[in-house]
Amino acid sequence: MGILDYANPTRVMRFSRAVKPWVGGLGAIVLAAGLYEAFVTAPADYQQGETIRIMYLHVPMAWLAMFAYALMALSAIGTLVFKHPMADVSAKAMAPLGAVFTAICLITGSLWGKPMWNTWWVWDARLTSVLILFLVYLGIIALWQAIEEPIKAGKITAIITLIGAINLPIIKFSVDWWYTLHQPASVFRVDGPTIYPAMLYPLLICAVGFALLFFFAHLVAMENEMKRRRVRAMQMRAARRTTPLPTTRPAEGAA
Amino acid sequence: MSEQAGPFRALVARDLRLSLRVGGGALTGVLFFLAVITTVPFGVGPDLNLLARIGPAIMWIAALLATLIGLERLFQSDRDDGALDLLRLTDAPLSSFIIAKVVAHWLGASLPLVLATPVLSLLLALEPLAIAALTATLLVGTPALSFLGAVGAALAVTLRRGALLMAVIILPFSIPVLIFGVAATRAAVTEPDPFWPPFALLGAVSLIYAVVGTVGAAAAIRINDG
Repeated sequence: MGILDYANPTRVMRFSRAVKPWVGGLGAIVLAAGLYEAFVTAPADYQQGETIRIMYLHVPMAWLAMFAYALMALSAIGTLVFKHPMADVSAKAMAPLGAVFTAICLITGSLWGKPMWNTWWVWDARLTSVLILFLVYLGIIALWQAIEEPIKAGKITAIITLIGAINLPIIKFSVDWWYTLHQPASVFRVDGPTIYPAMLYPLLICAVGFALLFFFAHLVAMENEMKRRRVRAMQMRAARRTTPLPTTRPAEGAA
Repeated sequence: MSEQAGPFRALVARDLRLSLRVGGGALTGVLFFLAVITTVPFGVGPDLNLLARIGPAIMWIAALLATLIGLERLFQSDRDDGALDLLRLTDAPLSSFIIAKVVAHWLGASLPLVLATPVLSLLLALEPLAIAALTATLLVGTPALSFLGAVGAALAVTLRRGALLMAVIILPFSIPVLIFGVAATRAAVTEPDPFWPPFALLGAVSLIYAVVGTVGAAAAIRINDG
């Protein structure tokens, strides 16, 4: 089965229905194990105490926020280059998920920052880039909502998604520059190879669990989108059947 | 002369003429720029030291808003009267027309803004060196904003009532321009920081956005027409 076999919504739906329980079930098990490790077994940090446990939620969310954008950009290429009919369904289903991951990342980071840095927010390079990523996600969702015709909305959003994919590294780089220009590096670091193995494994298990959850949610959202399009097509067909087709109506959008 | 000079220069000349005539509204951008700069001291207070410190940032944000608001209807009138369809029927690629329209818009709207900068900077008590640096960064950085705004304008053709949404989408992408523009101006005034690295990066961002903006705007217009 090549990727083109999945251009058919019915086949995708069948595949999704078959795979979804396994992804969801496995995700639930892995996530339960990861969260148990994170909140019960993993040691508290000698400096940060119990607040370190926010990390097991915060860091996977940050990873998935970027991962979702990368997948969305791949879907955008699928839409524009290969004109794959499922690519824009995938991209549309991805945008709210990515936005939610980014939002949870920002909120947990803020909750973590309050006891550690004694402030809800600092204009640190990393925080700022995630905030910008969040803005870009919201803009893309708003764009999906603004165009009624799904195929056109998919193409237009794909262009913006790809422009974002080119720009986000530039923004990240410039924000790093901006931050280092203003303050010397005194930032508190949680990342890097210095992390203790007893904390690293729960973190990785949590990340895998959340990723499976993300795939599960993505399949559900894709199914919903396909159903929504089918309903729209059926409604249009029904409308055409009941009212006689006007012959001289000007096309919508013609000025 | 435009008949011999090829479609690119003809289009630039036409757009420039249209924008400078009555109803073109090219110079409204400069007025908007002046209005923003006049309003800010009422918000932050008339302290000249403070204004001198945040002056470059105010000027850059005013330039950003003036460019984005001014560009919104870049393709709209050509789309409405069918000129865009005629342009697309010619042999020349759509991208070249987009570059021509952006160049014309930049000459008609952004260049006056750059030229007005030295005078308006005096209102914010900037030093001569800062004024020179600010003018240079605006000269190099505003093309990036124009090309970015062209993508938004191409989207606005599709969205119709999408002016605000366009700003929401385009503003995050303008952050690098703002960062390097203000950083270079600051560096020119404060001695130890070098002026050239942020200035060179600003030029790089302008060049990248010229490519991305042109391709993106052309793609958006093509999709709009199916």
